[in-house]
Amino acid sequence: MTRQALVPPIAEVPPEVEQLRVEVRTFLAGELSGGRFTPRCDAWLAGWDEEFSRALARRGWIGMTLPPEYGGHGRSTLERFAVTEELLAAGAPVAAHWIADRQMGPSLLRFGTDQQKQRFLPAIARGECFFGIGMSEPDAGSDLASVRMRASGGDGGWILDGTKVWTSGAHHAHALVVLARTEAVDPDNRHGGLSQFIVMTDSPGLTINPIRLLTGEHHFNEVVFDGVVVPDELVLGTIGNGWQQVTSELAFERSGPERILSTYPLLAHVVACVRLSGDGSHHPQMGALLARLWTLRQMSLAIASSLGGGVAADVPAALVKDLGTRFESEVIELARLVLDVEPDPTSTDPGARLLAQAELHAPGFTIRGGTNEILRGVVARAVGLR
Amino acid sequence: MTTDLDALEAGVADLLSDLCTPERLAAVEGDLDRQLWEALESAELTRVGVPEEAGGSGGSLAESAVVLRLAGERAASLPLAETSMIVGPVLAAAGLAVPDGPLTVGLGEVTAQRSAEGWRVRGLLRRVPYGGLADTVAGMATTADGRLIFRVPTSATKVVAGRNVAGEPRDDIAVDIDLPPTSVAAVPEDAEREIRLRGALSRAVLVAGAAQAALDLSVRYAQERMQFGRPIAAFQAVQQHIAGLAAEAAAARAAADAAVRVCGHGFGSAAAGLAVAAAKARTAQAAGTVAAIAHQVHGAIGMTQEHPLRFTTTRLWAWRSEWGGERQWTQHIANVAVSLDDQDLWPMLVGM
Repeated sequence: MTRQALVPPIAEVPPEVEQLRVEVRTFLAGELSGGRFTPRCDAWLAGWDEEFSRALARRGWIGMTLPPEYGGHGRSTLERFAVTEELLAAGAPVAAHWIADRQMGPSLLRFGTDQQKQRFLPAIARGECFFGIGMSEPDAGSDLASVRMRASGGDGGWILDGTKVWTSGAHHAHALVVLARTEAVDPDNRHGGLSQFIVMTDSPGLTINPIRLLTGEHHFNEVVFDGVVVPDELVLGTIGNGWQQVTSELAFERSGPERILSTYPLLAHVVACVRLSGDGSHHPQMGALLARLWTLRQMSLAIASSLGGGVAADVPAALVKDLGTRFESEVIELARLVLDVEPDPTSTDPGARLLAQAELHAPGFTIRGGTNEILRGVVARAVGLR
Repeated sequence: MTTDLDALEAGVADLLSDLCTPERLAAVEGDLDRQLWEALESAELTRVGVPEEAGGSGGSLAESAVVLRLAGERAASLPLAETSMIVGPVLAAAGLAVPDGPLTVGLGEVTAQRSAEGWRVRGLLRRVPYGGLADTVAGMATTADGRLIFRVPTSATKVVAGRNVAGEPRDDIAVDIDLPPTSVAAVPEDAEREIRLRGALSRAVLVAGAAQAALDLSVRYAQERMQFGRPIAAFQAVQQHIAGLAAEAAAARAAADAAVRVCGHGFGSAAAGLAVAAAKARTAQAAGTVAAIAHQVHGAIGMTQEHPLRFTTTRLWAWRSEWGGERQWTQHIANVAVSLDDQDLWPMLVGM
């Protein structure tokens, strides 16, 4: 039986991080009063605003942890955590740079060649290069190792054939990071023979088709690769090492504040309504949810701190995503107990609008980034059950 | 610092595992485990949170929390929370020595008047942990001029026995006694608030420990219990249940640890009040889920007196309600939230 702690030690946050929060809040207050964004739920999926991303970049808040020689800002994981949290809590439109900043920056830094770093990292940090992720396929969702996208080696390059789905923002992005099979499946090592490629979205043979959400919104895409040529210099990392590369980044993807705060704008609105009603005395459910949020933040922060120190945190990250995404949906139930509104995505009443956004996006919270059932399987293995 | 805590944890775990066997837990049930107390006392672990000049080990709140969490995990039958975390440090801060032996604390309605010898203290302390079994009980009294803290030998009080759902003594203690000035000290107005916060924090820490125990017991049982020709751990339905238990145990631990860290800077701040409220509420939420899943995994045998699961789950149910239940602490958080301007809610949650 394993007796390692389920969550890393609680982090002590240095004062300069807290100072940074004040700067971000001041900036956000200005953007809000200037009418440059309207707070919304799930803004890291739905809030695509390239101008806003560039405004963040000008302040050094994209590519924060990248080294200065690649256009980054050499800040700590905890500083990036603070900025990210502030942006999400405000419901600010951060979708455009989200994948590039969260995923591709660290991934390129870790696995990329110097040429790739020079080419992409400064552009990412300037808010001028946006990425999408090509992992899932029509027949490979939770069972990611069953991807069928083929990459065949040729002279100085690779030819990709297959289909990726659920690629957020592919229709706006400049490039995709794609997981493909470079060797036939070995039943004894299903995770072998996979490789990662950077594919420019203007590549010949690449077709991007919308997969509309049940609201009709267009965030997800199907991306069809028909003989797309990828030069050797855009192989990410080592051929055959794709699984290790992909899974090594999962803790970043699963434990971040975006797994907790997708409905925070709605929760803040609920608290404001209770305050205005002048009757805060019958809302233990509200206090209970705030206690959950307070705790989830501490867990997410502890993991960020641990990852910043180079300590793996796959299991804590799985726990946090399971708890955090369920919390995001619980906010909807609280809002329905407190707000006397019918949800309406077109309403000018923020309560009706935020509730509609949250309800309509909620099914995705516990699916994206690894379904909660898969995550519980990860936890079950860690405690010795499988 | 972390390394020191890890070493402390390993040492305490060793000591407790020898003395907190299911057989001994059953033998001392409803009693104060004096043998365990002596063992902890000789290892200088009963007053970790009390400064050395007041008779303690001079440890940090974090160190005292490690010992307490492990005591919770092993279902130790002692007023360790009361001695080490709740009232020991407050007595010391008031300039009173913390006596040897088990020390407990209760709140209630007590008044004090000056007498020839010192103070005449009269009133009732409610739901005092191990009240009739501890050597000393401390409480707070109201005087014409303010608040006092006092300590009195339990033998000089009248005890009306009570129990929590784990069978731990929770006694009402009637006090009517002349106390010398060496047993009484004036305290600031917010001393009672600090005792309440320390009390709630202690229960959050204990629940975090017990939740870990429930996880360990459930994992072991699922690995050992065969049904349909396989250990029940092989069934995904059971795996998913236990993963849910693990998530709640992790949340309880994180909440308790975070509150201990915040309160390590003192209990006086609004941030400390919020941290304790959040930790107490979150661990109480976790306690219910953890106990329910642990019992579901264990099946009928877990509900019996012969099975040791009950030492843990009954404590989860008891501790989640002590020093303020969920209603009280969640409402506290709600009250704080609605007292703030819109733009101050988020800063409150992140602690700046």
